[in-house]
Amino acid sequence: MAILNVKPTRMELSNLKRRLATAKRGHKLLKDKQDELMRQFIGLIRKNKSLREEVEKELQDAFKDFLIASAVMSPEMLEEAVSFPKESISVEIEQKNVMSVYVPVMNFKRKLETDAGSIYPYGFVQTSSELDDAISRLYDIMPKLLRLAEVEKSCQLMADEIEKTRRRVNALEHRTIPDLEETIKFIRMKLDENERATITRLMKVKDLINK
Amino acid sequence: MIYMHKIAVIGDKNSVLAFKALGLDVFTVTDDLEARKTVNRLAKNQYGVIFITEQIAQLIPDTISRYDDHVTPAIILIPNNQGSLNIGMNRIDKNVEKAVGSNIL
Repeated sequence: MAILNVKPTRMELSNLKRRLATAKRGHKLLKDKQDELMRQFIGLIRKNKSLREEVEKELQDAFKDFLIASAVMSPEMLEEAVSFPKESISVEIEQKNVMSVYVPVMNFKRKLETDAGSIYPYGFVQTSSELDDAISRLYDIMPKLLRLAEVEKSCQLMADEIEKTRRRVNALEHRTIPDLEETIKFIRMKLDENERATITRLMKVKDLINK
Repeated sequence: MIYMHKIAVIGDKNSVLAFKALGLDVFTVTDDLEARKTVNRLAKNQYGVIFITEQIAQLIPDTISRYDDHVTPAIILIPNNQGSLNIGMNRIDKNVEKAVGSNIL
């Protein structure tokens, strides 16, 4: 470790002592923050992973249904059938502060445009039943998919913050604090040395005068 | 602070058309330039969640990672009708590695 580039004076010594106290306090706080973030992150990422596995599997099934539907129906008819949805989904995003990380809290608002009878925005005459299957399956997946969005985004943001915090903790622990301690020791030694030098000089002078 | 946001789906036509019936805004793109423009436009226009198929996402990794440290929009990868490319899973693993230092799952 390197000794900081400062003059060995009393004033500098007390400054450095103050800085060391702050650094130690900061280190402790950041370490606590890192531990807590990590604890929450581990739980969240597990949920993230299992949710994604489920969603991917179910989405693929739904897409398969839709593929069959699009094979049975003409593309124009298909597009026409789904073009005018009865429902509209919007999302209300609130920001929650978890250990100084702003994570989104999403509340989904589903709004039916007309009667609440069915989720299908088309008549049954020109469309195939495969399309109904695909749509209803997608409709069932939707809540999970939206939940995934919330969890995955939170994980992403928290991972970034954990990385940043870890760097800060390490910088304080392995660089700033040892540097400060070493410099404080150096200044103290230097001041002691000066003091001893003064005493010997005084003794020498006294001897000279007595002679 | 509570804002209302919209939800978008980006992908190839055959995969994402079905989402239209559920009331999401669907944008079909074919190449990377178009995809990039669409993502950036949506991010500016109050879209809170953007679902994008992995097939499109792998063309524009830089644009997607641009929004990683923003609270909105949340860009979420979904498989398309040809199956999953595992990019979404890899992103989770990468997050774990970034946070913990090694993959513990």
